[in-house]
Formats: sequence, structure tokens, C-alpha cells
Amino acid sequence: MITTDIVVIGAGPAGLNAAITAASMGANVLLLERNVLEGGQLIKQTHKFFGSKAQHAAARGIDIAKALYQSASQYPNVTMKFGATVLGYYEDGVITAEHHESIITIKAKKYIVATGAAEKSLPFPNNDLPGIYGAGAVQTLTNVYGVLPGKKVLMIGSGNIGLIVSYQLLQAGVQVAGIVEAAPEIGGYLVHAAKIRRAGVPIYTSYTIKEAYGTEMVEGALIMQLDKNWQPLSGTEIDIPVDVVCIAVGLTPLTELLWQAGCKMKYVPQLGGHIPVRDENLTTTVSDIYVAGDVSGIEEASAAMVEGKLAGAAAASSLGYGSGKFAEIRREALAQLAELRSGPAGAKIRKGLKLLVG
Amino acid sequence: MRVEEHPIINFTRGKKVNFFFNGREVEGYEGEPIAAALHAEGIKVLRHTHNKNRPRGFYCAIGNCSSCLMKVDGIPNVRVCVEALREGMHVQTQSGRGELRDNN
Repeated sequence: MITTDIVVIGAGPAGLNAAITAASMGANVLLLERNVLEGGQLIKQTHKFFGSKAQHAAARGIDIAKALYQSASQYPNVTMKFGATVLGYYEDGVITAEHHESIITIKAKKYIVATGAAEKSLPFPNNDLPGIYGAGAVQTLTNVYGVLPGKKVLMIGSGNIGLIVSYQLLQAGVQVAGIVEAAPEIGGYLVHAAKIRRAGVPIYTSYTIKEAYGTEMVEGALIMQLDKNWQPLSGTEIDIPVDVVCIAVGLTPLTELLWQAGCKMKYVPQLGGHIPVRDENLTTTVSDIYVAGDVSGIEEASAAMVEGKLAGAAAASSLGYGSGKFAEIRREALAQLAELRSGPAGAKIRKGLKLLVG
Repeated sequence: MRVEEHPIINFTRGKKVNFFFNGREVEGYEGEPIAAALHAEGIKVLRHTHNKNRPRGFYCAIGNCSSCLMKVDGIPNVRVCVEALREGMHVQTQSGRGELRDNN
């Protein structure tokens, strides 16, 4: 059995920052990641980040992933295992993981769960046809592996993922037939929407997908308008022939390990579904388990990075490492999170977090 | 279809390798997910479902949703969206649940 101070599960923006921060305070860290690549979903994000310099603003996600990995690699007290899927958390605080087709058991003093999120699906007839993918999946296919999903795409959802992936598909040479948004207004940042509109892509607000059609693969979709009570208006169907439909209707936290460990969970729709109850330092109700990033509520990668630092520092400090450093890291992280969640764009997050505390 | 020129990304691909899709020899790059290599060859139907025999492709591309299960070198239920391609692999469309003891 492997023993260590801190195990971090997930090498995305939250997990890498957690590992770096905990290691910088002197803790021994084992970072486990089920993918063979480091960086989580940063590996496909070719766009430049917002936020402030502390969260790598103006850098592209793909470059942030490399920088964080290099930074983590510089610490001799950080061990990283890729292609390592954590399978279970046991009552005695032991976890098991599958790595290179064998099972390893690990006992750490503290765990930081930074497992991220998965894309939601959307119910409509024929939504299981090949050619209907999560928008993030298409982003991975196109931006990481350089394979086009098809010739012409219909995007469902105009949040930041829907907008950004549409733009990136255009960059890769794929036609975007339109973006469908059930709400009366575009969900994501207008700076992204403006780029799409300039490229001539229509954004259908107050529209929904009625059904997809096709035999072996998707051949098109019918969309239809919604009235102000979100009810479909008959006679408004538009037939859009496409060979790809991307679903960008939000993410849901990957919380299986937290449920299994007995962490208290609460349903907070503003943060993507069931999320762990935790204190300001990101400690769950199981005192040896911390959370950071999307698994603790869906936000942008910038917030995930700050949460990673906070959880990493809190875990290391609880083991007696980094004398005195924690208070400062904590103060800075909380200030940055407050800033990232300020303004109208953060209203939903703030409301969700309030529900979590209340 | 593959992206050859991109304004931002410089794709670094592994060695070109041959593998088999339902017995037919096709090409891909070593280390990329099997699903990506198949997609580049225009193959989007990866399996047919147990109850209704409906075609399925991949959905999440992070090994989470189990939409992309195929038979790889005789082993069923392989998540080809995260399984790395190797030279000479035999990849087959899966029908139904897949048999664990399967020597085909």
C-alpha cells in the first residue's frame, strides 16, 4: 500500500493547483488522474482566459495546462500518476485505483477531490443518434486530436461552452448552422456571441430542439419557437439539415467518490446539481476530504484554480506544513473568488452558494 | 476528416499505424483515442444497443457515459473514446451487452 500526506484526485485546473500549493508548503502529494493527459478540460481550451493575472488571464487554456504541469513537475515531493482511475473510498480512509491494468491501494492523511464535471444530456426524440455529442466532446475531438466531427453542426445552448465551441468549430473549418437557446437571451458572455454573429451564424433565442432525425446517424433536426411561458409554438418548426448536433446545456459535478465517502450532499441547481456541503476552506463534512473546482459546484476554470490553491493550502496546513503561510493564501484566495463571482455574471453562483450555506 | 491547418493549434500526432475495423484495414495515429481514429475515417456508429438495436456513437469523450462501448481485440465494453490506438488492433462494432468470455 502506498502512503502519503495528501492525495489529489484529478489533474485539471483545480487539482494541479492543489498539488502545487500543498507541495510548496512541504506536504508530500500524490496526484491521480484518469486521463493520460494532464490539465483536465484545459487541454482543449484554445481561447484566452478572462479574470486577473493570478488566474492566468489572457493565456490560452492549453498553455495554462502546460504551465501548471511544469510547475507541479518541479516539486520532488509531488508524484503524478496518469491513466489512474480512482475506484473507491473505504471506511478506513483507504482508496483503490486502477493503474496500468492493476489495482493499487493508497492511504493518505488528507484527500482533495477535484474530479470535475460531466456534460449534461437533453431529452428529445432521437437524441441517441450517432452525430449527437456533448459540445465538450466535440471540442476534445477537434482541438486535441484534430479530427472534425462532421461538416455542419447545430449547437444547442448559448452558454459560454456553446458559444466558444461554435467559434472554435468555425476556426477548424466546420460550418455552424445555428445556435439554439431556449431562454429569451444569450446565456454566455456577449463578447463571444458577437464573434459568432459576425461570422454570420444565427442565434435562435426562445427556440428549442423538437427532435433529431436520421437512420444510422443524425441527418438533421427540427427546432421550434417557445412562447414566453417556454411552451412550444406550433407552426414555427424550422428544419435544419446537419450531420452533427452538439449539446451544450450545462455540466453536472462528478461526485461519485464524495457520495461513497458519506460526505453530506445538497441539491443546488445553480451550481449544477448535487454538490458537497463544505466550509469556507473547502473541507467537506468528512473532515479528511476537501473539494475544489467543478465537483464542488460548476464555475469557470479561473475559480477552479483558486479553489485548488485554497484546498491545497488548507489540507497541507491541517497537517502542520507551511507554518503561517495558510492565513495569507486563504485571504488572497477568498478575495479572488469574491472578485470572480462579483457582478451580474456571478449572480447565479452567488445565489447557489448562499443556498449551500443556508 | 482531419484538421490539417489550424490558426492556433499545431497538432502533434503519433506514428501512423494500421488497425482493423470489422476486419477492414484502416489508418490512424498511435496513441489517439480509437474513437478519434474511427471518426477520421468517417465511422460514427460504434455499437448497437441491447434492447432496441439502436445505433450509438460516442457522447462525452472523457470515458464517463459509456455510449462508445466496442469490442477491442476480443474484449467487449471498451470505452473507445479514451482507449489509445495501437498498431494492429482489431476493433469491432458491438451488439448488445457483450460477453465477458469471448474469444472472437
